[in-house]
Amino acid sequence: MPQQPMNPPAGHSIERPSLLYMKTRRILGRVVLYFILIFFFIIFAYPFWHVFILATRDYQTIYKTPPPVWFGKIETFRTNWDTLFDRIPFHRNMFNSLGIAVFATGTQIFFCTMAGFAFAKYDFKFKNILFPFILISIMLPRFLWLIPTFQMMAWLKWINTWLPMVIPQIGNAFGIFLMAQFIEGAVPLDLLDAARIDGMGEFRILLSIGFPLSRAGIAVLGTISFVFSWNDFMYAMIMLNKEEAYTIPVALAEMNLRSEGVIGAVMLGNALGLIPILTAFIFFSKQIISNMLAGSIKG
Amino acid sequence: MKRLNRQKIAPYMFISPFFLIFAAFMIFPLGFSIFLSFQKWGGMGTMQFVGLQNFINVLFSDTFFVKTLMVTGVLLVFGSFTQHIFAIPLAIVLNSKLIKGRDFFRTAYFLPVITSAVSVSIIFQNVFSMNYGLLNYLLSFIGVKPIDWINWSWSIPIAVSIVINWRWIGWNTLIYLAGLQSIPNELYESADIDGASTINRHINITIPMLLPIIFFAVTMSIIGGMQVFDEPYVLTTREANSMGGADNAGFTSAFYILWLLRRAARYGRGSAVAWLLFILILIMTFINRKVINYFQGDRVLPRRIRRGKTASKIFSTQMEIK
Repeated sequence: MPQQPMNPPAGHSIERPSLLYMKTRRILGRVVLYFILIFFFIIFAYPFWHVFILATRDYQTIYKTPPPVWFGKIETFRTNWDTLFDRIPFHRNMFNSLGIAVFATGTQIFFCTMAGFAFAKYDFKFKNILFPFILISIMLPRFLWLIPTFQMMAWLKWINTWLPMVIPQIGNAFGIFLMAQFIEGAVPLDLLDAARIDGMGEFRILLSIGFPLSRAGIAVLGTISFVFSWNDFMYAMIMLNKEEAYTIPVALAEMNLRSEGVIGAVMLGNALGLIPILTAFIFFSKQIISNMLAGSIKG
Repeated sequence: MKRLNRQKIAPYMFISPFFLIFAAFMIFPLGFSIFLSFQKWGGMGTMQFVGLQNFINVLFSDTFFVKTLMVTGVLLVFGSFTQHIFAIPLAIVLNSKLIKGRDFFRTAYFLPVITSAVSVSIIFQNVFSMNYGLLNYLLSFIGVKPIDWINWSWSIPIAVSIVINWRWIGWNTLIYLAGLQSIPNELYESADIDGASTINRHINITIPMLLPIIFFAVTMSIIGGMQVFDEPYVLTTREANSMGGADNAGFTSAFYILWLLRRAARYGRGSAVAWLLFILILIMTFINRKVINYFQGDRVLPRRIRRGKTASKIFSTQMEIK
């Protein structure tokens, strides 16, 4: 039998597309991808730009067609600044927001890392009963707590103070879960045993080994907690009902509700409220994004 | 021995502050909320046990509740679910090796997530305004007449959905990106040899492999979407007694709970609404699980495996030929 010439598998033609065709196709594909990415970049970034330019504009130029795309005069910025601080006790609101965010973040980091360390690195009797509790409570929607927590805080006379914004955060289930997951991988058991042999107490071990080794996890939890606390609106609105006690989002929403012709000042307040968050994020963004990517793969 | 004891006591010491607060501010209020849902109570005076009356009233004679469920449902579909239609392709594009500056885009897309809903809603209030808003200005180029986005009852859900999408697409993109990076590269290599087109590759490999992540992300969207409050509140509120703008078009269920708490002072009914909403979330998560299982279990996955096998067979025969 004469040898048949070998045929390629079905669907594969021997003729390859020309090199030029492949090259143009690849370049075209890349152009389309970049177009999509830049399009979405503009959509996501433009509102930030918008708030900063409107903060420097007055009533007349904001309410014009087409809307302004560049900064206004420095005088109008000053006027907006004065209006903002005249209309609402903005410095108080800023102070409240900062204080609450710092205390909530600090206490949450300390207590959640401590508890997470216990769950990740010790064996104890009730571990397998307590941890599932925490996991379940992460999945529960927040509105279940709205009414009873308000009643509790009213009974404790904590309304209009920082306490309802800070204290419950110590028991934040998400924080402990995050830290337990993180410490599990970040702190080697051998190191703890070595420290014990050297005669270190358990609390010393936590302070001088546990905390430093979980720095990256703390950065993530800290940023999330800061952002969450800074942005919180529904809960803050219930717990705080005096102008002097408001946090930035509550104060802005109220001012926006009552504002006629002070849109520039509202936008200035908005811009000032965005600055701490943007700074925190730009500072930690790399760590957060890479940790989120790594974390989801593990989970 | 003493050291061993210390080691035994230490974990309890470490978790006790957390659990004290957790019990006091998480577990106790939850129980109190269940208790409240069986009472008639306005905050002052004595409570009155009414049994299941709150639930029955809310379900069968509360027109507001039905209305808020419809509003929430529309926002869930157009606000929360639509995100995934944008986020999955965006994640695929951001995962492409052809793209330079991926880190930059990832960071930029994530920015809306960290900003407060209040800030965002105030900005968008301006974007949506009828006579001088950016959106109507852009739409005027294609001949669309000005729309009063946040004052007309039919356009309020659209406006709110746009804001929700804007805020959360980046979050979901990042989650899907993480999922994409865990898909083994060999699957794509064998599909390449199979001569599969790009779109085919994504339909037959990427989407099926992403299904567990899709379940996670959609579940998060359901939980978040069912309690949406900040955006519709800030966008639609014109006066202090607001109930979600024209025709209550922005009056979501979470908004309703808050309204029952602050304006109507009906804590029993509010708690009942909260628990009914929670049951609804559970049901929806369950359905979501079933749908994902249906796709993963019976249909797409086996085909993918079969495809994988043919591809590797061709691969090995080609190697032999060489």
